[in-house]
Amino acid sequence: MGVSGLHPPRPFPQAARDAVNSPQLRANLRKVTTTIRDKRLRAVGELPHWEELRRLGAATKDASLANLSDRLLELEASVRARGGHVHWARDAAEARELVAQIAHAHEVTELIKVKSITSDEIELNAALDAHGIRAIETDLAELIVQLSNDTPSHILVPAIHRNRAEIQALFNAQLGEPEPLTDEPAVLAAAARRYLRQKFLTTKMAVSGANFAVAETGTVCVVESEGNGRMCVTLPEVLVSIMGIEKVLGTWEDISVFMELLPRSSTAERMNPYTSFWSGVTPVDGPQEFHLILLDNGRTDVLADEVGRQTLRCIRCSACLNVCPVYERAGGHAYGSVYPGPIGAILTPQLLDMADKNANTLPGASSLCGACYDACPVRINIPQVLIYLRGEANEDKGVTLESLAMQGMRYAMSEGWRFEGAVKLARLGQGPLVHGGQITALPGLLGGWTQSRDLNAFPAQSFREWWRKRDAKGGLPEDSA
Amino acid sequence: MKIDLFITCLNDALFPRTGQATVALLERLGHEVRFNPAQTCCGQMHLNTGYRADALSLVRKFVNDFRDAEVIVLPSGSCAAMLRELAPDAAHWEGDEALRAEVEALSGRVFELSEFLVKKLGVEDVGAAYPHRVTYHPTCHAMRSLRVGDAPLRLLRNVRGLTLLELPHADECCGFGGTFSVKNPDVSTAMLADKARHILETGAEACTAGDNSCLMHIGGGLHRLRSGARTVHLAEILASTDGQVWA
Repeated sequence: MGVSGLHPPRPFPQAARDAVNSPQLRANLRKVTTTIRDKRLRAVGELPHWEELRRLGAATKDASLANLSDRLLELEASVRARGGHVHWARDAAEARELVAQIAHAHEVTELIKVKSITSDEIELNAALDAHGIRAIETDLAELIVQLSNDTPSHILVPAIHRNRAEIQALFNAQLGEPEPLTDEPAVLAAAARRYLRQKFLTTKMAVSGANFAVAETGTVCVVESEGNGRMCVTLPEVLVSIMGIEKVLGTWEDISVFMELLPRSSTAERMNPYTSFWSGVTPVDGPQEFHLILLDNGRTDVLADEVGRQTLRCIRCSACLNVCPVYERAGGHAYGSVYPGPIGAILTPQLLDMADKNANTLPGASSLCGACYDACPVRINIPQVLIYLRGEANEDKGVTLESLAMQGMRYAMSEGWRFEGAVKLARLGQGPLVHGGQITALPGLLGGWTQSRDLNAFPAQSFREWWRKRDAKGGLPEDSA
Repeated sequence: MKIDLFITCLNDALFPRTGQATVALLERLGHEVRFNPAQTCCGQMHLNTGYRADALSLVRKFVNDFRDAEVIVLPSGSCAAMLRELAPDAAHWEGDEALRAEVEALSGRVFELSEFLVKKLGVEDVGAAYPHRVTYHPTCHAMRSLRVGDAPLRLLRNVRGLTLLELPHADECCGFGGTFSVKNPDVSTAMLADKARHILETGAEACTAGDNSCLMHIGGGLHRLRSGARTVHLAEILASTDGQVWA
């Protein structure tokens, strides 16, 4: 499917075209996003102080980001004091290498994974494959994606683009069940459970992500719905957690606000079913070796940008995806990155330092309707960042047809009389295009418009022409359009 | 009240009747209406497409043209949102703090038409008559940036003869988004298809909104579908009376 890591293989408009033309995909997405959307509104509506919580969430993350290096050093010291190992990875390659080294040291050829979009960001599975190590996804949706050799299309519901019949066929082909499975959700879930239980009980090493980490206690936290995450972080002998550096918080108290914001925003639940916290290692109980990999991979550059840094507040709840009309039509794969939707449209190009030609089309993948900003539990002003990044993306492009058109329009609009002249010229020039007062086909850059829309022609008289005549007659009302 | 009109580039060139209706409406309510012909555009299209310097030169022009205005009323939620929210941000990004201060000083006097009528003037019945079945599309910027709330609906409910039909999934974007509609035509078209379907489901003769940019998009789609339903700017409904029909 082409989505692996951060780099989109195609520009967004092109990738979106295929998705928009798939009726099955659009139906799947419409159904799921509408359901989650309505449920989220109800869950959020239960809390009269929701807006204050959002402000508190934003302020808490901002405070942590403002002292990020101190917080991270504190986290490192706390984890070490509790018997864990801490590694710093500047980029994806360093992080992948660290995981492979730890796996080699323990001579494992198979490991289990949970809740780690960060590991997808660094394309860990493929890298481990090259080392002869097989990574098995244990999140149910991630497992579906992995077994079908597909890629995730949603931050929280990675297999959102798949329906039940597709999953039934997949499990029957892949899980080696003695009898064919029916399409009942309980039957399918039980089959996945049988498969996963065997992996949990026999695999020595696990890789997890992290939703949060607390600097003062050296505690890492994973929030999930299925309990598979808890299995992963408690059963194996060796646990490696990969965490983007922006996930660190100062204190225990800081976490509490996110325990309210995250489940309601993501799954529309008052409280998520499983929240696991672990701090270093505990003799006899749980993994006896713990490694925390702190991943930068472009994040300090994002932090350095005054406008863009609010992106790092993101707690990966995916509320912005579920309310986004563009995501709903184009689906997650069109974004070409492990981070789809509105948050991906601002995060992906920034992590790539606005240097990737395809990622730089992502800030354009929005009608700027603002639904994402309203839904964001940490008040990331996504439309503002999108507009800002469109400017940044244009910086390196030099002179283009579009930039010339924009310059021309700016020039025409720099004086009232000049604009009036330009409108008169357009009125004359449109002649051959107008049929019955409507334009049904436009040339060049504007051709996309007439793909599905007519355009009413420039009328015989502009407002300012009408106003001048009216003024000359002493301000008498006149309808002369 | 002395009201300065900002008619916006799109209204001026393509939808002059909206401007004319705005004049007629405000004068009917007893206000003095002024139009400074030096005005052109708020710069939103340039800013949203990523041409900040071009946009700011237009913002600067707007500030110069309207510096002395008591209130500035415009028949576009989208352009009002640009002037109130985005323009100060953009000036700051480009390091032009003087322009930021100037446009911020002006932005408190900028009103979208329906919010001006309901929130500033406290008028909900403008004495309009429009005997048609109408559905209302709340445009994204008016709804989410300006928070005009139900101001347009209050105005429409007081229009004599008008049957107001509720639009399903009203708060979903129509898919216009300025240059988005041209640069991402497939997604924009998919969004438009849903909006058009919902409008037609209401059985309305016309869909109204406070922004001709969205209406140009929706209207263009409805026309392509040969649906018979049309679009009409809110100002043109509110300006209509038994004696004079504007839309």
